[in-house]
Amino acid sequence: MATALKDFKWVGTRAVRPDGVEKVTGRAKFGADFSLPGMLIGKVLRSPHAHAKIKSINIEAARTLNGVKAIITGSDFNELPSEWVPAGEVQINFRDLSRSIMARNKVLFEGHPVAAVAATSEIIAREALALIKVEYEILPHVIDVEAAMSPDAPILHEDLFTAGVEPSPKTASNIAKRVDYSSGNIDDGFKEADVIIEKHFTTQPVHQGYIEPHATVASASEDGQCSIWTSTQGQYVVRAYCSEVLQLDISSIRVTPSEIGGGFGGKTTVYLEPLALALSKKAFRPVKMVMSREEVFRSSGPTSGSSMKIKIGARSDGTITAADVELKYQAGAFPGSPIMPGCMCALAPYNISNAKVVGYDVVVNRPKVVAYRAPGAPISEYAVECVINEIATKLNIDPLDIREKNAAKEGTRALYGPQFGAIGYIETLLAARGSNHYKSKLHENQGRGVASGFWFNIGGESCATININTDGTAELVLGNPDIGGSRASLAMIAAEALGIDYNKVHPIISDTSGLGYNFLTGGSRTTFAGGLAVNEAAEDVVRQIRERASKIWDIPEEAVTWEDGFVRPAGTNAGNFEPLSLADVAGMAAKTGGPISGHAQLNAQGAGPGFGTHICDVEVDEETGRVTILRYTVVQDVGKAIHPSYVEGQMQGGASQGIGWALNEEYIYDEEGKLQNAGFLDYRIPVASDLPMIDTIIVEVPNPRHPYGVKGVGEVPIVPPMAAVAGAIADAIGVHLTDLPMSPPRILKELNKKQ
Amino acid sequence: MKTHITTTVNGEPEEFLCETEQTLLDILRDELNLTGSKEGCSSGDCGACSIILNGRLVCACLVLAVEAEGQKIETIEGMADGEELHPLQKNFLKDAALQCGICTPGFLIAAKALLEKNLNPTEKEVRYWLAGNLCRCTGYDKIIRSVLNTAEEMRRK
Ligand code: FES
Ligand code: FES
Repeated sequence: MATALKDFKWVGTRAVRPDGVEKVTGRAKFGADFSLPGMLIGKVLRSPHAHAKIKSINIEAARTLNGVKAIITGSDFNELPSEWVPAGEVQINFRDLSRSIMARNKVLFEGHPVAAVAATSEIIAREALALIKVEYEILPHVIDVEAAMSPDAPILHEDLFTAGVEPSPKTASNIAKRVDYSSGNIDDGFKEADVIIEKHFTTQPVHQGYIEPHATVASASEDGQCSIWTSTQGQYVVRAYCSEVLQLDISSIRVTPSEIGGGFGGKTTVYLEPLALALSKKAFRPVKMVMSREEVFRSSGPTSGSSMKIKIGARSDGTITAADVELKYQAGAFPGSPIMPGCMCALAPYNISNAKVVGYDVVVNRPKVVAYRAPGAPISEYAVECVINEIATKLNIDPLDIREKNAAKEGTRALYGPQFGAIGYIETLLAARGSNHYKSKLHENQGRGVASGFWFNIGGESCATININTDGTAELVLGNPDIGGSRASLAMIAAEALGIDYNKVHPIISDTSGLGYNFLTGGSRTTFAGGLAVNEAAEDVVRQIRERASKIWDIPEEAVTWEDGFVRPAGTNAGNFEPLSLADVAGMAAKTGGPISGHAQLNAQGAGPGFGTHICDVEVDEETGRVTILRYTVVQDVGKAIHPSYVEGQMQGGASQGIGWALNEEYIYDEEGKLQNAGFLDYRIPVASDLPMIDTIIVEVPNPRHPYGVKGVGEVPIVPPMAAVAGAIADAIGVHLTDLPMSPPRILKELNKKQ
Repeated sequence: MKTHITTTVNGEPEEFLCETEQTLLDILRDELNLTGSKEGCSSGDCGACSIILNGRLVCACLVLAVEAEGQKIETIEGMADGEELHPLQKNFLKDAALQCGICTPGFLIAAKALLEKNLNPTEKEVRYWLAGNLCRCTGYDKIIRSVLNTAEEMRRK
């Protein structure tokens, strides 16, 4: 099926995105830009405590305030059964989701919603919040993952018993789950090793940091029909979650996605939507809710912090003989950290005969974690990559060579089960080695690090419709919010498959009523799975065009061929007719059977796993401990770059998020479990002056299971940076750091220790 | 009590009523329906609300609406000249300098303010000038390149 070697007209070009002008002129409507007549403003009252019993909530004074139209608390929500259902890369428990968006008898983190108000103005809504009296009984809390696992830790959920251990425990704990994967025999493997390195690592939770805060407008009408306009990575997922949490028929809810101002996984769940809808159902007026930046930090996101033990042994030639990995991930207030993918990805880039990975999912008094770009993978792979770098240093082997020696390739069986197909890991190592960057010289106080990364990439449910207009232009109806150029890449695929000009394809993102179910924009799936659907819809169009031509010419359908945008008789036997373009046939559509419209709905399989290798140069200021990124190169196998600029953009953006994770970003809590840095001033994401240009090398090992060879792109690039930066610092100062972020005070401490 | 304010927005006279606590960003977005200026933080840290106030680049979230009396305001909505996009807008499209696009209006306004002052900035100058504008998607690479490309193109004209 792969046609990736063919020359394409549109695929692989740097066409201007169809939604571009809207976005550079300020026209594009993002979540908070939407309004309706008669709209109320909703606000959330949040817990000031990390862990407390709610003894009572008194809303009387707020209810009677002039302008207040509706108030909801936990008692307005149904209790749902506790069960885990698959949701793309992760699993979801609707009881927990419901409790995390609105507390019931207990608050479990600072920022946990306890009530919400809808009023005629924001000022009145705020006043109303101040009038709600909540009586709390403060409970001891726990923030740190190791502390939460200790037997005397305060327990968050009395009904939480560790899953995955035999026999099943009789007492509640904060350890929600234990998972493990193993192969071979690690004891034997370590006996074969000439060098063994064992280290303990910690990482801090980091926020996705999208610049657009969560924003939503919900409107319920008297006949039970509900409309939601919201900034989300998946309108269908918002619909499904709202229907579960509020126990409404799916068909009674219509969700329209706004333009989305960044998500990175953080907008794959719901926070405000069910609240706004519940308020609107009480007030019968539209309700708009927008989070402040402080609320975004206190109660949405982040990804897990962790504590990890990694032990790896290798022979003196660099062959890894055994790996023993233990991962403890914070889940936040409810179970469900990305511990599974963390375990599965930890050793995935390598072919290791003796390996064991054990992981723990641990609840703590922080907001429930949500997906962040390759959820779970950057954490475990950071630690493993650091140890591999240290082994390379010890054995005096080039860090790219040691990776190449142990690299997974086509046919390698991953620890978590499947056998890899056409993967391009080694190709990224070779491209890194051949780069000018890798050959360049360094100066004093400077260092170079490399690291690699793996992510599965997913497929999932996707639909597409292509409506052919009578002038030969096409409406391309898509089901995934465009978070960074997918309208462009999918329109390019449509243009290619239809043989028409890219500028004649007009992509629109449908609300939930326009197409069948589409899983969300995430898992690096949109161009892969959406591309499959678009390609299939285009094939459906082509089939109809051939059928119409056969009617026009009155010859059998098999005698009509389609090539380069034209139908032609298959040969002289078939008849002597001038070729017809798509526009020609479309112009006669009414007379030949009605409108021409192609559809596809599928559950995409065969997403190609992604691998990347990063090279990072740093300079360390010995006086201040500040690390400056001097040069950075991202190498990645993307299968096929449909739109190279947006592929590079994903690689650059992922790398810079990883650099922030490595050097600066962390949550700082006080003694009482309250977040101290809930703003961009103190939670410092990289700014333009912190970074150099980020070079990219696109490697293309086509995915045989995609018509254009596409593999997912967006997530892999956040995996390698932490270890690449750590490796560069180690090279510069001779110390292998193990705790993130590697901020100036931490570096200074290490430098002082050395002296 | 509301205050009556008279201003010029993108060259047109504009009047509005505001509460003393409302920011200029609130008024632009909620009263004048100019939602191109974005609110990413409301604390002056993200630059998504960048506008030009009497020739000076400011964060609209840090300006009180009442302070706008008699002032000239330029927002993203006034950046193109009819159907002719500003060279920065054109190059942002060509150079793929936006992914999600939420930061884009702020970057465009800030970059325009820079190029009006200095049409020959170094990469470092561009990076420091734009350090008050956060972008979480791009890693800044294509934004910086696009501003440098535009400066070069405008110098040639
Ligand atoms: S909203 Fe004004 S600087 Fe962020
Ligand atoms: S393009 Fe998304 S924040 Fe800049």
